Amino acid sequence: MSDNSSLRTPSQRIAWTATIAISTLVFIFLIAPILAIMPLSFSSGSYLTYPLPGLSLRWYDDFINSPRWMNSLKNSMIIGVASTLLSMVLGTLAALGLAQWKSRFKPLVLAFVLSPVVVPGVITAVGLYFFFAPIGLTGSYLGLILAHTALATPFVVITVGATLQSFDTNLARAAASLGASPLQAFRRVILPLILPGLASGALFAFATSFDEVIIVLFMAGPEQRTLPREMFSGIRENISPTITAAAVILTTVSVVLLATLEALRRRNERLKAGGA
Amino acid sequence: MTTASPTGANAQAEVPLKRRLRRAERTRQVKALALVAPLLVFLLFTFAGPIAGMLWRAVDDREVRQVLPQTIAALANWDGKELPDEKAYAALASDILAARAAGTIAIAAKRLNYALNGFRTILTSTARNLKAAPEQRTARETLGKINPAWRERATWTTIKNASGPMTGFYLLAALDLVRNADGAIVAAPPDQAIYREIFARTFLISLGVTALCLILGFPVAYLLATLPPGRSNLLMIFVLLPFWTSLLVRTCAWIVLLQSKGVVNDSLHWLGIIDEPLRLIYNRFGVCVAMTHVLLPFMILPLYSSMKAISPAYMRAAASLGAPPLTAFLRIYLPQTLPGIGAGSLLVFILALGYYITPALVGGAADQMISYFIALYTTETANWGLASALGAVLLLATLLLALVYGKLVQGQQVTGGMKN
Repeated sequence: MSDNSSLRTPSQRIAWTATIAISTLVFIFLIAPILAIMPLSFSSGSYLTYPLPGLSLRWYDDFINSPRWMNSLKNSMIIGVASTLLSMVLGTLAALGLAQWKSRFKPLVLAFVLSPVVVPGVITAVGLYFFFAPIGLTGSYLGLILAHTALATPFVVITVGATLQSFDTNLARAAASLGASPLQAFRRVILPLILPGLASGALFAFATSFDEVIIVLFMAGPEQRTLPREMFSGIRENISPTITAAAVILTTVSVVLLATLEALRRRNERLKAGGA
Repeated sequence: MTTASPTGANAQAEVPLKRRLRRAERTRQVKALALVAPLLVFLLFTFAGPIAGMLWRAVDDREVRQVLPQTIAALANWDGKELPDEKAYAALASDILAARAAGTIAIAAKRLNYALNGFRTILTSTARNLKAAPEQRTARETLGKINPAWRERATWTTIKNASGPMTGFYLLAALDLVRNADGAIVAAPPDQAIYREIFARTFLISLGVTALCLILGFPVAYLLATLPPGRSNLLMIFVLLPFWTSLLVRTCAWIVLLQSKGVVNDSLHWLGIIDEPLRLIYNRFGVCVAMTHVLLPFMILPLYSSMKAISPAYMRAAASLGAPPLTAFLRIYLPQTLPGIGAGSLLVFILALGYYITPALVGGAADQMISYFIALYTTETANWGLASALGAVLLLATLLLALVYGKLVQGQQVTGGMKN
């Protein structure tokens, strides 16, 4: 530890050791449950405990051959991708507008735009249930896509907004002075520069939809059940090892999303360091 | 002439330029607003509208007046001190016959039964027997013969109180209050007074989880903020991976670990520490463990960023001025982390208040939080008024805390790029 050089007194050293010890325990607490569940999905037995009687892929086989699970995976993808696209369009436009808009109402509008993140899921779900049922949007893909878009868009507004903050508006002015139309300036100058921010926003939006379960619980019919929804009933009824296989699949998606996000962040930092 | 009035010429040119600039700026602002507008309209339809609708349902009370319109009209001027007059009885008899023919009795019966237990039976039995009942001298006698409840003032007060179109009934019920026969607000009877306890439980669990997150999160945030960037970035994965892992996966993992034949109990048994499996889940302990696990990253990340902003020079200055390490930590370092502690704790607390999935899956009947009851009344018992009223209370608490959070974070300038 580089910091140890500045730790001269024994009491400081004890405090630092304690910090490391406690942190290690917390890291184990954070990561162990996720790691512990993974090997169980490769068990050849049907009890969810160690030691494993043997290794097999039977639970993944079970997952792939179950129309219920595969359908839920498909639904999660459809709803996730569609609400990501919709929230990208709405969120990026709003972030561009908010970056230019000067008004004393701006904090209020911003608070409104970000409020879907803060309001408890059950309240949004109950409200949507009452509101969408009479107009036939419960038990439909469209209803779920619209609801998930509302939840995901704040993340797009935040990430794209943060990128725009570091964006040098003189570049857009330069493009305009060189004769570019606003659309051309956006496509050829602004868009390439804010693309990493857009990508992060899209990842956040997709993750939000992919992980959402409360609204799906209230609004989805049997045809629209998503993967987390299927896991919810699975956990409620009887935890079979197939659920652990589903959990591993979900976690793999999370890891891929996280890794992509981290790569984008690194690239952004490198570009910034290069530019400075 | 050329030197006569250069300033005048300038002034002439200046005015339109200023005006042009102002106009250009105004156009820019309108364009900016036009870019935000689609999202605002969208959220109005998919978020604000539905929530406003829910709030409306908390005070909406039109069922009874739709089913018993003449009765409500006849009771309009009733002072509630004695039994209503014959006109009201006749109106009720006529309403009930009409409602029975239309099949709408159950709607009014359900609503009135919320206010007075047993009203469903009164109304349905009256509806069933009214047509065949032998004609008495007055409607009052006819109805009184079918069900003596019609000779009681409380029965009529219940109808009068439910006459709508708006009511405080559900909101009062959500706070364990009720309006008595004289119209005064009093405590609800003990068998119905369950919501204050549920709110208190929700509050306590959230507070406990927040405290746990702070105790566990502080050392980790301190470690991450103190280590060199390369190392702390690596360790940050331990915080970010759970953060990105599905809530369902994490909840499922805890069940697998903690259930009576789960990994923890089996290991403890194998090690010879326990003979009987410990009860680790489907109780308060399981709820707190799983919720702390889910919410811990929300504590660590704000703490980390507030600690990262503290210059190590302060601590060095304190040490060089002779402060013992503990004093320097308590008086110099800790006060600077207070905004981070405040932001992290409020965030965790706000999120915990609305928790539904985790307690529903790993809690017992006595560990369910307010969201569970909102969901229950919406989908199972279809008591939408009460569900909405409980939702309104939860929403109010959340928004107030979010307001405090917003002020706190604004003070720290960590709102990212969203504030100009």
